[in-house]
Amino acid sequence: MTVPYDKPFAQKLLFDMLRIRRMEEKCAELYGAQKIRGFLHLYIGEEACVVGVLHALAPEDNIVATYREHGHALARGVPMNAIMAEMFGKRSGCSGGRGGSMHLFDAATRLYGGNAIVGGGLPLAVGLALADRMLGRRAVTACFFGEGAMAEGAFHESMNLAALWRLPVLFCCENNLYAMGTALARSESQTDLCAKAASYAMPTLKADGMDVVAVHEAAKLAAGHVRDGLGPFFLELQTYRYRAHSMFDPDLYRDKAEIEDWKARGPLHTFSARLKAEGKLTEEEFLALDARAEAEVQAAVDFAEAAEWEPVQDLLKDVHTPGAAP
Amino acid sequence: MKMTYREAVRQAMHEALVADPRVFLMGEDVGKYGGSYACSLGFLEEFGPERIRDTPLSELGFVGAGIGAALGGLRPIVEVMTVNFSLLALDQIVNTAATLRHMSGGQFSVPLVVRMATGAGRQLAAQHSHSLENWYAHIPGIKVLAPATVADARGMLAPALADPDPVIIFEHAQLYNLEGEPAEDGHCDIATAALHREGADVSLVTYGGSLPKTLAAAGQLAAEGIAAEVIDLRVLRPLDMATIFHSVRKTHKAVVVDEGWKSGSLAAEVLARLAEECFYELDAPPARVCSAEVPIPYARHLEEAALPQPARIVAAVRRMLGK
Repeated sequence: MTVPYDKPFAQKLLFDMLRIRRMEEKCAELYGAQKIRGFLHLYIGEEACVVGVLHALAPEDNIVATYREHGHALARGVPMNAIMAEMFGKRSGCSGGRGGSMHLFDAATRLYGGNAIVGGGLPLAVGLALADRMLGRRAVTACFFGEGAMAEGAFHESMNLAALWRLPVLFCCENNLYAMGTALARSESQTDLCAKAASYAMPTLKADGMDVVAVHEAAKLAAGHVRDGLGPFFLELQTYRYRAHSMFDPDLYRDKAEIEDWKARGPLHTFSARLKAEGKLTEEEFLALDARAEAEVQAAVDFAEAAEWEPVQDLLKDVHTPGAAP
Repeated sequence: MKMTYREAVRQAMHEALVADPRVFLMGEDVGKYGGSYACSLGFLEEFGPERIRDTPLSELGFVGAGIGAALGGLRPIVEVMTVNFSLLALDQIVNTAATLRHMSGGQFSVPLVVRMATGAGRQLAAQHSHSLENWYAHIPGIKVLAPATVADARGMLAPALADPDPVIIFEHAQLYNLEGEPAEDGHCDIATAALHREGADVSLVTYGGSLPKTLAAAGQLAAEGIAAEVIDLRVLRPLDMATIFHSVRKTHKAVVVDEGWKSGSLAAEVLARLAEECFYELDAPPARVCSAEVPIPYARHLEEAALPQPARIVAAVRRMLGK
């Protein structure tokens, strides 16, 4: 299939994926250098999912994500400087240094976290959608989660509530086949995730999560359905993470051959090859985009390095809202 | 005007629903059934199904949805039938409602009110009778209220809804039929403990369903010539220790009455703070009257024996005073 987008938009999709890839490669390096600590869950390999979906959304829409959300924050428009500073634990981070890699928040772009409880974001998304509906706003709440979350009670309760009340939630399952080290077939009696979701009387769609075009087309359809007030929609994006679950994971549970097979389907090189074949990208243009992404990453690292630490006297800040009763 | 605690809860919610279109009530059987404790009888007809929202049996889901709705600009009152069922929603309350403001670096507040019944006394056995207020009072990021009087049942909801952060209100199930007078303007604060009875001999500190029992004990003690001061904590987090310190500096003796189990209880917290701040003011080791360390039994005589009762409170005071 030819890429159904003009050159600027096609290159925009590519660039957005490239920014995520280059930022996260740098994060892995910085983790080794102990600049970034705690847990670090890389999204490398899955970039087409978030880029394809977020380009189908509008500024008034809400985003709820998981602890593997660097790409979501970046693609949504959170400045890379603020993301990198957050990972460094600096005050100028997008969560003031209180959240870290797993808890990127941004009120300006309606990014409601970065939730590190598997399935924890789903009820939240239902509530955000309920508020939009009750306040008469025509917004979509996009809720990202992995296939692992579909074994949680929170998934079932949220799907039921959203369908029962016909709420504007776009459920985006990034199915990367492994819940940490547990393969889908080892944890789910029903491995057809759309069949599972469809039991809540909700429309579903499966898309190749390695193909940004497939994701974007599916997301446009799904988001349109939700925005038109027709109720929630379940989107399964079939994808794969190239890196281990976290930096602590020795990755002993996957075949090397399986990883290589999925790498052959990599979202960046397959898409750029298609664009080149269709005359929508030259090698020079690719190198220029890549250089721009690399430069942005370097600037973000410099920003985070130079940023100030929050004074320890402020430790108890933001437990409660200032001005509220103690 | 005299009314029941149940009616006070109902009036407070009614007032909030009328006053603010962002307020809505959500929970199991709050609508068509009228509330499992009949606190929202007639609301569905008056406010409609959008604002009086019956939920499926999904505590985790609908409490979490309440958090999301609060983030989205509404002012939800989420009713959970009992504290026992709230354990199904503990993740959303502790991991999300309480942490969101902090994790987001102050970008998102969660103006959520969760109401739930608590406590024993109706032979409902070990899955409907526990007092787990202290679990919630342990958590930074939430406020915990325990209205023990009609005035507080009537008055605490409005400031709780006005609070930009999550507030949990515990209504002791034995109090719903209690009669009393609300404040003239219906209002009260959600910051201070309240002195219910003055006395110079001993400070009795309690909250929630144990307040009537403690007041009854103080009455008996008065007949024996012992003047007990009775303090209702009202707010379980953050604790208003100043009021307690003030009392203990006068009486030099303290007994805490708490329907929770003694181990790791709110009573333990109050005594620890007394030991830290008021040690040299104490003329006797402080004491606690708590529930026996047993899941609450069904049989009436055993349930009564498990709970703090006026006679046990009186006995604890007598022991302390050597009488």
